[in-house]
Amino acid sequence: MNRILATAASEFRIAFRNRWVLIATALMVLFSLVLAAAGAAPTGDVGVDRLSITVASLTSLAVYLVPLLALLMSFDAIAGEVERGTLPLLLTYPVSRLQILLGKLLAHLAILALALVLGYGAAGVMAFVTDPASITALPSLWRLIWTSVLLGAAFLGLGYTLSSLSRRPSGAAGLAMGLWLLFVVLYDLGLLALVVTDSGGALTTHVLPVALLANPADAFRLFNLSAASAVAEAGGIGGAASAIALWKSAASLVLWPVAALLLAWAAFRKVTP
Amino acid sequence: MTSTLKISHLTKRYESVEALRDVSLTLEPGMRMALLGHNGAGKSTMMKIILGLVPFDGGEVSVCGGAPGSAAARAQVAYLPENAAFHPALTGEEQIRHYLALRGEDAGRAGELLERVGLGHAKRRRIGTYSKGMRQRVGLAQTLIGRPRLLVLDEPTSGLDPVSRRDFYALLDGLAAEGASILLSSHALTEVEARTDRILILARGRLVAEGTLPSLRHEAALPVTLLVTPAAGAAEPLAAALPGAEPTADGRLRLDCTQADKLPLLARITAQGERVADLDVIPPSLEDIYTHFGHGEAA
Repeated sequence: MNRILATAASEFRIAFRNRWVLIATALMVLFSLVLAAAGAAPTGDVGVDRLSITVASLTSLAVYLVPLLALLMSFDAIAGEVERGTLPLLLTYPVSRLQILLGKLLAHLAILALALVLGYGAAGVMAFVTDPASITALPSLWRLIWTSVLLGAAFLGLGYTLSSLSRRPSGAAGLAMGLWLLFVVLYDLGLLALVVTDSGGALTTHVLPVALLANPADAFRLFNLSAASAVAEAGGIGGAASAIALWKSAASLVLWPVAALLLAWAAFRKVTP
Repeated sequence: MTSTLKISHLTKRYESVEALRDVSLTLEPGMRMALLGHNGAGKSTMMKIILGLVPFDGGEVSVCGGAPGSAAARAQVAYLPENAAFHPALTGEEQIRHYLALRGEDAGRAGELLERVGLGHAKRRRIGTYSKGMRQRVGLAQTLIGRPRLLVLDEPTSGLDPVSRRDFYALLDGLAAEGASILLSSHALTEVEARTDRILILARGRLVAEGTLPSLRHEAALPVTLLVTPAAGAAEPLAAALPGAEPTADGRLRLDCTQADKLPLLARITAQGERVADLDVIPPSLEDIYTHFGHGEAA
């Protein structure tokens, strides 16, 4: 455990020096405030508090931004060590490869969590200032934070996997961007095409729910939207969301980080310095 | 006391290339062993096998009684890679603190370790601003953590100035005196000559010679060179008295002879009396021995 913490402390320091902490936090705060401000306009008489609307907007933002930040922080993790030539020495130390990965994960998660809390927090404060009734939506903000951390953990693990597989930072960066595009953009486009062509057939009812759960980004969106609709009864947000039980998307969100870490471990073990 | 490192019949193949073939060696506590060989002779590969970084195909390797790369072995082995590299964003002190923590040692000792390698003044600067020699010293500092039983040093003095080299070898002498075994590779043959107990020569993945420097000299049976400086005006009669002597560019006479002929030849030279102003005996250098064994072995 001490070795994991020591690795995490070192990684956090490096990320801090490389301005990653600053960049991640600034990005999250900036985007959150913009969304909070933009979301303030069309409310009025919807009958929903400001924070609920802000959280709904932040959910859509997080689906894109959290995986992106996670991949940006993780693609260099192993490939960078290989390129700098620091990996052989590190691997002769009495520290296992899993401990190294866990240390990096811990540091990167801490940075991500910091950025999320400050970013969402800023948006939350803005909602409270303009609408004191927002206090009722506090649980949904909290839910958004921890699910975002889980989503980030999944993509951090996937980033380490790509970093181990490519062994060169430039290659890993390319793969990471490809993965982001695939999971966050193309995947949903594909599912949309499926729904349109199938028009309510067996594919939509059977394949679509599984396909949504199989993608951590979709599981994240699903969980937050269905949880929100359960609370605020803001129906119509997603037909698919209500069709899938809440525990399923929650399970997907928890299982993905574990699976991604195991994948990263398997890939890292194959790296011969 | 058991051997710190025992390798028997080690074989390693990279696809069709045989990187190491039937290499055996034993390293006892307190012994300093130098590994010599051209680039690609298999030195770094052998070191990486000992460290457990690279798997091997045949033979047996035992490091501090365990398998190479096992937790027990890693806890007792220190490594200095060729061209030691560290994250440029960390300071020397932060980097050493991290390594101390990974070995379960008190991170507060980082400053003291950096003092020992002469980096105390720069410990709060980022490694990115260090020169190559300074990075090499950070590498040396981390090998001193936690009293290792075996030190594996790949080209440890590259990038160090002569004074630092002397300090470095003094440091190694101290560690060896405390019972640590040292395996180092080097291109600087002259410094290895005086500072190691045993010399190993690798050529094309095979161990072509092993022993102390005198025993290798004896085995190679290379000629000894004698350089005679004639007294003023005595160059010509001296040359005539010593058949086979070749005049050198600086006015001296050069004679090559076998080890067995050395003493009779010396007697003949000293018999010339006042015609001889000075005499130097140059034994075959490690470089010559190295060349002899390195090339003598047919592929």
